[in-house]
Amino acid sequence: MPRSRARRRVASALRLIAALVFAGGLYTAFAPAISAQDAPLSPAAMEGKALFDTSCISCHGMNAQGIEGRGPSLIGVGGASVEFQVGTGRMPLGSQGAQAVEKPPVFNEEQTRQLAQYVQELGGGPQLPEGNDLHSGGDVAAGGQIFRLNCSSCHAFGGGGGALSSGKFAPRISDTDDRVIWAAMLSGPQNMPVFGDNQLTPDQKRDVIAYIQETLKDRDPGGFNLGRLGPTTEGLAVFVVGITALIFTALWIAGKS
Amino acid sequence: MKRRKIDLKTLPAKAGNEVEDRLGVATPLRSIINKVFPDHWSFLLGEIALFSFIVLLLTGTFLTLFFEPSLKEVTYDGSYTPLRGVHMSAAYASSLDLSFDVRGGLVMRQMHHWSALVFMAAIIVHMLRIFFTGAYRKPREVNWIIGSLLFWIGFLAGFTGYSLPDDALSGTGLRIASAIMLSIPLIGTWLTSSIFNGEFPGDIIISRFFIAHVLLIPALLVALISVHLALVFKQKHTQWPGPGRTNTNVVGERFFPRYTIKQAGFFMAVAGVIAVLAGALQINPIWLFGPYEAGVVSAASQPDWYVMFLDGSTRLMPAWQINIGIGNGYVIPPIFWPTVVLPGILTTLPLLYPFIEARLNKDNKIHNLLQRPRDVPQRTALGAMAVSFFLVLTLSGGNDVIADKFNISLNAMTWAGRIGLLIVPPIAYWVTYRICLGLQQHDREVLAHGVETGIIRRSPDGRFYEVHQPLGHDHEALPYAGWVVPKKMNRLGALGPALKGFFRPLERPAEAPVSPGHPPVEAAPERREIESKH
Repeated sequence: MPRSRARRRVASALRLIAALVFAGGLYTAFAPAISAQDAPLSPAAMEGKALFDTSCISCHGMNAQGIEGRGPSLIGVGGASVEFQVGTGRMPLGSQGAQAVEKPPVFNEEQTRQLAQYVQELGGGPQLPEGNDLHSGGDVAAGGQIFRLNCSSCHAFGGGGGALSSGKFAPRISDTDDRVIWAAMLSGPQNMPVFGDNQLTPDQKRDVIAYIQETLKDRDPGGFNLGRLGPTTEGLAVFVVGITALIFTALWIAGKS
Repeated sequence: MKRRKIDLKTLPAKAGNEVEDRLGVATPLRSIINKVFPDHWSFLLGEIALFSFIVLLLTGTFLTLFFEPSLKEVTYDGSYTPLRGVHMSAAYASSLDLSFDVRGGLVMRQMHHWSALVFMAAIIVHMLRIFFTGAYRKPREVNWIIGSLLFWIGFLAGFTGYSLPDDALSGTGLRIASAIMLSIPLIGTWLTSSIFNGEFPGDIIISRFFIAHVLLIPALLVALISVHLALVFKQKHTQWPGPGRTNTNVVGERFFPRYTIKQAGFFMAVAGVIAVLAGALQINPIWLFGPYEAGVVSAASQPDWYVMFLDGSTRLMPAWQINIGIGNGYVIPPIFWPTVVLPGILTTLPLLYPFIEARLNKDNKIHNLLQRPRDVPQRTALGAMAVSFFLVLTLSGGNDVIADKFNISLNAMTWAGRIGLLIVPPIAYWVTYRICLGLQQHDREVLAHGVETGIIRRSPDGRFYEVHQPLGHDHEALPYAGWVVPKKMNRLGALGPALKGFFRPLERPAEAPVSPGHPPVEAAPERREIESKH
C-alpha cells in the first residue's frame, strides 16, 4: 500500500527542518562570535569613546561606521591605524586635501591609546606591540635589503620621502619613532601598501625599523647630505656653490692687472 | 781648500746657456713666452674646465688603484655594518671599501665626483661665453666644434663613471641607457646586446665601461683638449674691442711670467674649491643605495645634472607609440624621440651653428674682436631661447623632487613642463631681444647726448633742464665702438673714482668737495644728556 500523500509531506517537512537545524547549528558553532559588540567596553575604551564622541564623530559617524564623502569607516582598522593617524597629528584632519599631513598632535599619548582602544574594541583589527623600543636586536643588514626592495621606491634611499601622483607624497621617515613606523607598516595609511604580519613578519619589521633608526639617522660620513635628494641637489650645489665661487675667483684674478 | 767663486747674478744666464747648448729651445720658447693673452674675467671660464679636468685625472688615478671592475659576486665583509653579509658585485664592494676602508678614499671619491660636476658646468658656462660674444666665428669654427664634442665626450665620461660603482642608482641609470638603446629602430636590439654582451645587465658591462672610462674616453678628452688649446695658441685669443685693440692685434699680458703665474694661482683656486665641496658636501652616497638589483628602484633616482635634461625630456614626452605593420611589425617606442632624436638634434645643430650664422649673414670675414651680446640681439635671444629650453628640461628631470619639496602636484609639474617647454623659449627670445635693443638704444643715447650728471637746472622762466655731460666735442654724437659706454660721471673722472671693495670700501672715501662760496660746515655740537640732580 502506498504511503499517503499527507505522510510523505510531513516526512519531507521534518527532513527539511532537521537539515535547517543542522546547518544553523554548524553556523553557530563555526562562525566568529559576533557578540563582541555587546560586551561592555573597558574603562580605557570608555574614555576613548568620550574623546571619539567629541572629536571624531562628525566625520567618522556615531558608531565609527563612516560618513559618505567625509570620512571612512573605522570598523576593523584596528588600534595600529589610530595610533598612526592620531599620534602623528594627521587626525583630526585639518582640511580635505590630497593627503593628510603631519602636524603637532591634538591628543596626548594617553588619549591616543584610549582612542585606539575604543576603535580596537569596536571592530577589531591589527594592533601594535607593547613598548617604545621596537628595533633593538633587529638585523640592520637584512632590514636594509627589505627597505631597499619595499620602501625606497617611495620614501627614497635616504628616507627623505618622495612625490606620488596628484599631490600625494610619501613622507620623510628618517626622523620617525619606532611605533609610528610599525603602525604605518601594519595599517598602510593613505597610499601606503599594508605590510601585514603575513607579508613582513614582526621580526622583519623589527629589522626594517632597525635599519631606518640606526642607518638613516646615522651621521653622513661624507659631509652635509644636501637633503639626501640625490643628483638633483648635487647639481644645484655645483652651480650655487662651486661655479659661483669660481666665477668670483675669475673676476678677482682678472681684476688684478 | 780654495773656495770656488759663484757669481749669483750670472748663474741663471749660464744655466740657460747650458740648456740651450744641449736642447736648442730658445727660439720656440721665446715665441711662447712672448705670446700675449688678453685679460678679461670671462676668458678664464674655460680654464675652470681645464683645471677641474686635471683634478679629475689626479683623483681618478687614485681611485683606479683600489677599484675592482668586476661583476663577480662577493659577500661584503668590510667595515660598513649595515651592508655586512649582503651579496654584491666586486665592483660595488670595492667602491664601499674605497669609501670606508681606504684612507682618504671617500674624500678622493667625492673630489672626483664633484670635479666631474664642476668640469661639465664649466664647459657649459664657457660655451655660453663663446656663444654670446660670437667668439666661434671665422676662423674659430673648428675650435667651437671641438668644444661641443668635448661636452658630449665629457657626458659619456660622466655616464660611464656613474655606472661603475654598480650601486642601485647607477644600475637604474644603466637600465635606462639600455632601454634607450633598445628603442632605436632596426639596430636597437643588436646594439644593446653587443654592448652588454647579451641581455641586460650581463656580466661584462662594468669591465667594458671601466676601460672606456679610464682609458678610451680620457685619452680622447686629452687629445681634443690639446688640440683645443693648440688652436687657441695658433689662432690667438679673441679680445674685446677697445682703445688700441683692433682685429689684427692682441693686447694683453705676456704668457710668461704674469699670465702663467695667474693661471697657476687659478688652478690652486679651482682645486681648492673642489676640495672644499668634497670635504663639506656629501655626494653620491653609494652605501645608502645598496647593491644593484633589478627590483630596487628608489624615489628621486636622477642622473647627474648634465644628463638630467634627457631625464626631463623623457618625463615630458607623451606616450605616443608608433606601430609599423611591416613583416612581424615594428614599434617605435615613445622614449626614442626624447632620448635619441632630441640629443641627435642637440649635437648636430650647435656643431653647424657657426656656418649657419655665417651663411645667413653672408659673412666671410675673419673676426678676432668679440661682440657684446646686446649688439647682436638675434644671436643673444637665440641663446637665451636655448638656455631656457635646456633649463625647462633639466628642471623637469628633477620634477618629482621639486613637487615633493614645494608641495606641488607631480602631475601639475609634468604639465607645466610640457607647456613650459613650448612657450618659455619664445618668451625668452622676445624678452631678451627687447632688452638687447633697449641697452643698445641707451648706449646710443649716452653717446649722442652725454652722461646724466644728476643736476637739474631751472631756467629763469621756470622750466627745468636735466644737465648732461656730453662725451664728444661740440655736442657731436660719438660713434659706437663696440665696447662699454661710460654712463656715470665717476667713470669720466668727474666725481672721483668709484669706491673699490665688495662688502665695504677698501679705502677711505674722498672728502666731498666743498663749494668755495659757502662757509665750511661745522660739526654739530656734541649732545649731552640732561641729568637730574638728586
